[in-house]
Amino acid sequence: MPSTADIQAGLAEILEEVAGVTPADATPEKSFTDDLDVDSLSMVEIATAVEDKFGVAIPDDELGNIKTVGDAISYIEKNQG
Amino acid sequence: MSTPVADVVVTGLGATTPLGGDVASTWDALLAGRSGVSRITDDWIKEYPAQLVARLATDPAEQIDRVRARRLDRSQQVAVIAAEEAWRDSGAADAGVPAERVAVVIGTGIGGALTLLGQDDVLEEKGPKRVSPFTIPMLMPNGPAAAVGLAIGAKGGVHAPVSACASGAEAIRWGLDLLRFDRADVVLVGGTEACVHPLPMAGFAAMRAMSTRNDEPERASRPFDKARDGFVLGEGAACIVLERADAAKARGARIHARLAGAGATADGYDLVAPHPEGEGAGRAITAAIRDAGLTTADIGHVNAHATSTPVGDTAEAAAIQSSLGDHVLVSATKSQTGHLLGAAGALESIFTILALREQIVPATANLENPDDDAAVQALDIVRHEPRRTTLTAAVNDSFGFGGHNIALVFTTA
Repeated sequence: MPSTADIQAGLAEILEEVAGVTPADATPEKSFTDDLDVDSLSMVEIATAVEDKFGVAIPDDELGNIKTVGDAISYIEKNQG
Repeated sequence: MSTPVADVVVTGLGATTPLGGDVASTWDALLAGRSGVSRITDDWIKEYPAQLVARLATDPAEQIDRVRARRLDRSQQVAVIAAEEAWRDSGAADAGVPAERVAVVIGTGIGGALTLLGQDDVLEEKGPKRVSPFTIPMLMPNGPAAAVGLAIGAKGGVHAPVSACASGAEAIRWGLDLLRFDRADVVLVGGTEACVHPLPMAGFAAMRAMSTRNDEPERASRPFDKARDGFVLGEGAACIVLERADAAKARGARIHARLAGAGATADGYDLVAPHPEGEGAGRAITAAIRDAGLTTADIGHVNAHATSTPVGDTAEAAAIQSSLGDHVLVSATKSQTGHLLGAAGALESIFTILALREQIVPATANLENPDDDAAVQALDIVRHEPRRTTLTAAVNDSFGFGGHNIALVFTTA
């Protein structure tokens, strides 16, 4: 099972690939839309990449509740394995 | 109408083409007689009768940021690259024109075909949930215009004419009208295409429209030549910035040339075959000259549509003959660039503008034995090397499947 740090690093890789976010900026308190300039269509791509990397599917109604990098980390931690 | 028609000028040029990654390198390669055509070597091409293509000289990945590029279809990437060059060249960004008075008109013949077909592969292989959320904005035919509008911050209207291989020229005509009707102060116009993919290649090949001279790529596109056997598919984009002359002069802009008039007609003859005597094409040229307030004697040069298809070139020769006579110097630059479909009219308008600015007419490559057709024989087609001459006005004509004909008249600044 990946650690919280592993999940954060994996998520940072996805954010860099999909939205050009510098990995060092992908810290838990950052808001996807307000701080990292990730739009709603990119969030859909991120959800797909999270499923590929961590085996955790994020349904659309859950995706709307994920506002920050920390929210995403917690969701992945809670729902993996 | 008593209101005088506004004078419209060209203040910016941009392009990325099979001959070069910008206008200067494209023009240099054109005058040097270089060809942008090569043979496809991918496995899928083996069963194809026509295996030639005019690929971009510069990979868009070298000119556009990776993250930005992945949300843009290739046809949108090249449109943005050409638009940003034209925008920089115009200096309009520093002129303080309000965004609400800046408009964009970018045409495409096919639209985001690579995205449509690529995402169809994803759908078939991985299912609907894996289709990219950017599929629709990347495939829609107004996508290039919208992407360019965002890139230059245009809020005065963004438009996307679609008329097959006349789309780029049609965009220029729309731009002229927008300025004449005072709908905007600056208009960025142009055309784009990037559809090198097995399906469009198979479709054009099924129409018997493409050259099968696979063993001689650089000699395959041979407009007006007796041995021509079809066009070579090209990719790229070209953009032009237009403004009213008084405003351009007031801000001290460099003026490349004047866009003096435009004419648009339809053949009303057949969905894809051109009228054999080029009736509608000739009317478009005549209308454009009248719109420019000129006479045929003023026109010194025509950059012809001339795609190298057997029927298209003779129809166009007849149109040039009937509308202009035989005194004009004709160039068929697709002999080197290939056929950029929706970008063709915009790229060839840039060549027409540069011919006027530099007073030199590009040569038509591969014209070894002009067709026996009487109208082709009567044309003064520039061959072997570019010809220095004195020009004051020139025509660029473009035609598209569907019977669309557009002619544009440019004059010296």
